[in-house]
Amino acid sequence: MNEFLQTGLGITMLIAAQSLLVIGFVMISLIFLVYADRKIWAAVQMRRGPNVVGPWGLLQTFADALKFVVKEVVIPAGVDRPVYFLAPLLSFVTAVVAWAVIPFNDGWVLADINVAVLFVFAIASLEVYGVIMGGWASNSKYAFLGSLRSAAQMISYEVSLGLIIIGVIISTGSMNFGAIVAAQDTGWGVLGWYWLPHLPMVLLFFISCLAETNRPPFDLPEAESELVAGFMVEYGSTPYLLFMAGEYIAIFLMCALISLLFFGGWLSPIPGLPDGFHWMFLKMAFFFFLFAMVKAIVPRYRYDQLMRIGWKIFLPLSLAWVVIIAFLAKFEVAGGFWARWAIGG
Amino acid sequence: MGIADYTFYAFAVTILTSGLMVTVSRNPVHAVLWLILAFLSGAGFFVLLGAEFLAMLLIIVYLGAVIVLFLFVVMMLDVDFASLKGEVARYFPIAALVGLVLLMQMSLLVGSWQAADGALALRQAPTPDPDQIHNTKALGLIIYDQYFLVFQVSGLVLLVAMIGAIVLTLRHRKDVKRQDVTAQMHRDPAKALELKDIKPGQGLG
Repeated sequence: MNEFLQTGLGITMLIAAQSLLVIGFVMISLIFLVYADRKIWAAVQMRRGPNVVGPWGLLQTFADALKFVVKEVVIPAGVDRPVYFLAPLLSFVTAVVAWAVIPFNDGWVLADINVAVLFVFAIASLEVYGVIMGGWASNSKYAFLGSLRSAAQMISYEVSLGLIIIGVIISTGSMNFGAIVAAQDTGWGVLGWYWLPHLPMVLLFFISCLAETNRPPFDLPEAESELVAGFMVEYGSTPYLLFMAGEYIAIFLMCALISLLFFGGWLSPIPGLPDGFHWMFLKMAFFFFLFAMVKAIVPRYRYDQLMRIGWKIFLPLSLAWVVIIAFLAKFEVAGGFWARWAIGG
Repeated sequence: MGIADYTFYAFAVTILTSGLMVTVSRNPVHAVLWLILAFLSGAGFFVLLGAEFLAMLLIIVYLGAVIVLFLFVVMMLDVDFASLKGEVARYFPIAALVGLVLLMQMSLLVGSWQAADGALALRQAPTPDPDQIHNTKALGLIIYDQYFLVFQVSGLVLLVAMIGAIVLTLRHRKDVKRQDVTAQMHRDPAKALELKDIKPGQGLG
């Protein structure tokens, strides 16, 4: 067996099996996240939420997915066919591809590359093309306006996301997720993680994630009252399912990013308890809960307010923070609180 | 042939095909989409060369920002494709002439290419040694230590260009209604609401 895994075919099969494992994990999580999202939303509004299909409505998402798949694909007149079908595929694939570099435990990662953070960021910047292509190819004014809004919003908030991530990279001295988590392992448990030294930025990062993934309160691209369903208004059945799945996978990816960058990934919050995958999963689930709560309790922003926050508040704040962090790390202020290489992290 | 060779040829075929499609696409939006594919293949070449930092930067900067703006502009253009088709034949001789001149210049350049003394040795053994140091770090050391001043000056040039573009396009229109965010945020019910006791049958009059 071991010899087989050294051959070219063996390595290929091993990588394929690992990829399938990660994709399987993401897809199964996705199905229950959609359910959790609806349940939490319903609970806040004192409704029952999905409760008919399966015990406690657990199988509702399966039913919905099946419904989308067996529906007829309706192609509106005048669409640009290749681009029209490429757009949902692109947004789904880019959302899944980014998981290749996300570690779930020490060493549990498909591709342990040095520029993992940049890779996630690069893939996230490609996600905007699915939106633009979908809106343009639909040959509809509403879809086009929705896609323009969405694209402008995603680009604006990528800037502050990137600057906040730079702060974490400066503190660690590496762009590898394993190294970033290892740098947070100081023996102090929850107090050693990056959320404390990067406290103001954690909040900004979370809000930017909401805007980047087009989640409420920044779901202006699909503001029902103004633009029906944004760039996906002309889509139905499986292409629509791909758009929605891509959106949820991107949200879950952001949860994983917050856990890894600021909350110690798979590290245990209490010193002494064993680290492991369960902590990573619990943190991701917790941040998804926050995403769902925000959706339920925060009213939608106006578009000009959104742009103002992104460019006039978040961008200067995060830029200033990068400069501050650079000084704090360079001169190893507070015994390397911001420079983890100084304390052997 | 190893897996790297196969990947190289796959990227080579993609970049050439998409480059060709950029130029022959009738629809400008399709041309920009092919350009995206060309840039992605270029990033693939960087990864094959072991310059993964440059590859990611190419995707983030060009695909994440520059091409998106291209796409915005091109999508907004109101172009009549049917009339464009007719003009291709009219301008073909001039285009062919320009292309020929460019091709001759490029072949002249390739034919008279002279490498500086020691350039070949430098290319084969670059400093810092890629085996010793990760390429992100090496790039950082070169840019921020060795060529710090040049890098800062080029940043300044870009800043000037940016400010210039803003100054050229910024215009304050007095005749449109604008929202004052500070004023909006400091509104409270006492200022925004007024309760009136309306007598039946009289109205506000």
